[in-house]
Amino acid sequence: MSYIAAIDQGTTSSRCIVFDQSGGIVSVAQREHRQIFPRPGWVEHDATEIWTNVQAVVRDALAQASLTHADIAAFGITNQRETTVVWDRETGEPVHNAIVWQDTRTDAVIKQLGDQDRFRERSGLPLATYFSGPKVRWLLDNVEGLRERAGRGEVLFGTMDTWLIWNLTGRHVTDVTNASRTMLMNLETLDWDPELVSAMDVPLAMLPQIRSSSEVYGSYEGVPVASALGDQQAALFGQTCFAPGEGKCTYGTGAFLLINTGDQPVRSRNGLLTTVGYKIGDEPAAYALEGAIAVTGALVQWFRDKVGLISSAAEIETLARTVDDNGGAYFVPAFSGLFAPHWRSDARGVIAGLTGYISRGHLARAVLEASAWQTREVVDAMNADSGVDLTTLRVDGGMTANNLLMQFLADVLDVPVVRPIVAETTCLGAAYAAGLAVGYWPDTAALKANWHKAAEWEPSMEPAARDKGYRKWKKAVERTVGWMDEDDD
Amino acid sequence: MPGPIQSIQRAAEVLKLLAHGGAHQLSVGEISRALDLAKPTVHGILRTLQEVGFVEQDVEGGKYRLGAALFQIGTSYLDGNELRAKALNWSDTLAMRAREAVRIGVMHGKHVLVVHHVFRPDNSRQTVDTGALLPWHATALGKVLVAFGEWPDGELQRYTRHTLTGLDLSTALDDVRERDWAYDLHELVEGEASIAAPIRDRRGVVVGAVGISGPVERLCESPDQPPRLELVSYVREAARSVSRELGGLSW
Repeated sequence: MSYIAAIDQGTTSSRCIVFDQSGGIVSVAQREHRQIFPRPGWVEHDATEIWTNVQAVVRDALAQASLTHADIAAFGITNQRETTVVWDRETGEPVHNAIVWQDTRTDAVIKQLGDQDRFRERSGLPLATYFSGPKVRWLLDNVEGLRERAGRGEVLFGTMDTWLIWNLTGRHVTDVTNASRTMLMNLETLDWDPELVSAMDVPLAMLPQIRSSSEVYGSYEGVPVASALGDQQAALFGQTCFAPGEGKCTYGTGAFLLINTGDQPVRSRNGLLTTVGYKIGDEPAAYALEGAIAVTGALVQWFRDKVGLISSAAEIETLARTVDDNGGAYFVPAFSGLFAPHWRSDARGVIAGLTGYISRGHLARAVLEASAWQTREVVDAMNADSGVDLTTLRVDGGMTANNLLMQFLADVLDVPVVRPIVAETTCLGAAYAAGLAVGYWPDTAALKANWHKAAEWEPSMEPAARDKGYRKWKKAVERTVGWMDEDDD
Repeated sequence: MPGPIQSIQRAAEVLKLLAHGGAHQLSVGEISRALDLAKPTVHGILRTLQEVGFVEQDVEGGKYRLGAALFQIGTSYLDGNELRAKALNWSDTLAMRAREAVRIGVMHGKHVLVVHHVFRPDNSRQTVDTGALLPWHATALGKVLVAFGEWPDGELQRYTRHTLTGLDLSTALDDVRERDWAYDLHELVEGEASIAAPIRDRRGVVVGAVGISGPVERLCESPDQPPRLELVSYVREAARSVSRELGGLSW
């Protein structure tokens, strides 16, 4: 019996999960890495530390299940998206800490590049600090001598998939999903776009080759390394959303709703991103619309760590269940502005509707409900862009353990919410894509057969209550925008 | 040797009462009524417990809850929602391997409280029954929890002619302690069976039980035989994995 090992290089930790042929989890290993904050708004990772951790979690996961490399049919990779690293081609040493997706140091670069929608047609993305292109540009501008070395082809750029594949196999490649988050790739040609690359002023010589998401890139310890997908695209794959119109929402630090739009990119008029969903070998790429919500689980963490009313994230449900409703309180967690569908960097968080009646139980409710209302806004945008209404929401991620949230989500969306039997869809997606590439699974139909419902929540809220709640939520959102002034940092 | 110290007994009663309420907080009045103690006595106990961090209140004169210090030194109180979050991966995997519905239970008074439920993986129509209460003596989950916990007071209802009570039940619990897993066969519903194993925290205390249930035709070789050992091994493996997640096992 052989297995597939998925490596999930995430924002706070690296994990390795070993799956069997039914998609069941055999073992899990995890190591956290340091979050480096040199200044407010700056977030870095030590790419060398991450590579060390990845080797360790692979070792640990195999040891836990008493497996050796010979038992592994393929490695799959999924990763935090947009995080950017540049390293020396000869020594493999990073020239600087990796700049993490949350990092806002490229604010000035973004302003200087002009109109927000300048690159949207070609890249599918609005100009924002979030994406990799501006981050590599910052490195070229700020690390001494880097631009010259890049011009001579001495250094290489990569997102975390590229960094890991290079270390695992010696090849300098990325996959289409990760490349679609750089702002340098053309959505139609699926190759580096000369105009985007030159506008961002990045030497072509340092960019990796763009490959499909499911093919053998090389091997590590004799095992094929056979997939790479950005984490949200991997979750789409793990939820087996292979048909146009199928989608999922993953609840982690933030939440990301992706809908498969088939072999054509759909441009959003409602604040969504156009991105590549996946590409299996030589088959045409599947595109996706993405609604990115910056803060969902992070709000629960904030409530735990900064407010201290709960001692673990799961306890929020216990506290929220001490009351029957939010008591009229709404919490809009625009901690670093609002992402989809608003894209307002001048917004900051508010708790609206406070009265003397509000208790910590009500606040806990408002914290959970914020995730559901933000999802509602993104679903509305999806429905408007696609012209078709969502009929079921497939969910995954850690927060799906929260039954109160899942029920409330079904209530405010007025559609059933379904959790699949493997909540670790990100790793599962990377495993599936790698397994397809080496013939461990024959086709996507076999993967679909592995998908099973683990739980389902039916909407049960009165329409009047839903409408009133949504109206209040929107009023609360209005109160967050325009908070930041010119003289604020 | 001196006899038991009354004030410590009373303090223990107060803590048990607060632990029972979970996140629900209690006032001095509520505690004094529930334990039939004078208010000043309760107040004195709470003040002392507060000083050592075993209870907390949000505001001066407000309601009380268990304090952080108590959690740090370890109690058998484990938030059911926390247990579900930690058990998610392993209960899913169990459902897939066994092809049956999975439930995780904890004791809640005299009943088993279902804190997590994974559907049988056949995409048939099922409803989440997290929050439901099950009788302990007629389910594998309950037998595990009571075998490694306290026998609750109260009459035991007979649901079928197979439901165990009295000495039979107590012998069955001895077996559960011996084997480290439990089953029920037609004991709650004719034709249904269940298998469960204990979840332990880092001190080795049983804090919950995980198990599967379904028709005897699928769970057992024949209707009057104990469950198939292959299914038992899946259940026990899931229980060990969740225990490891809680720090209950070092391997």
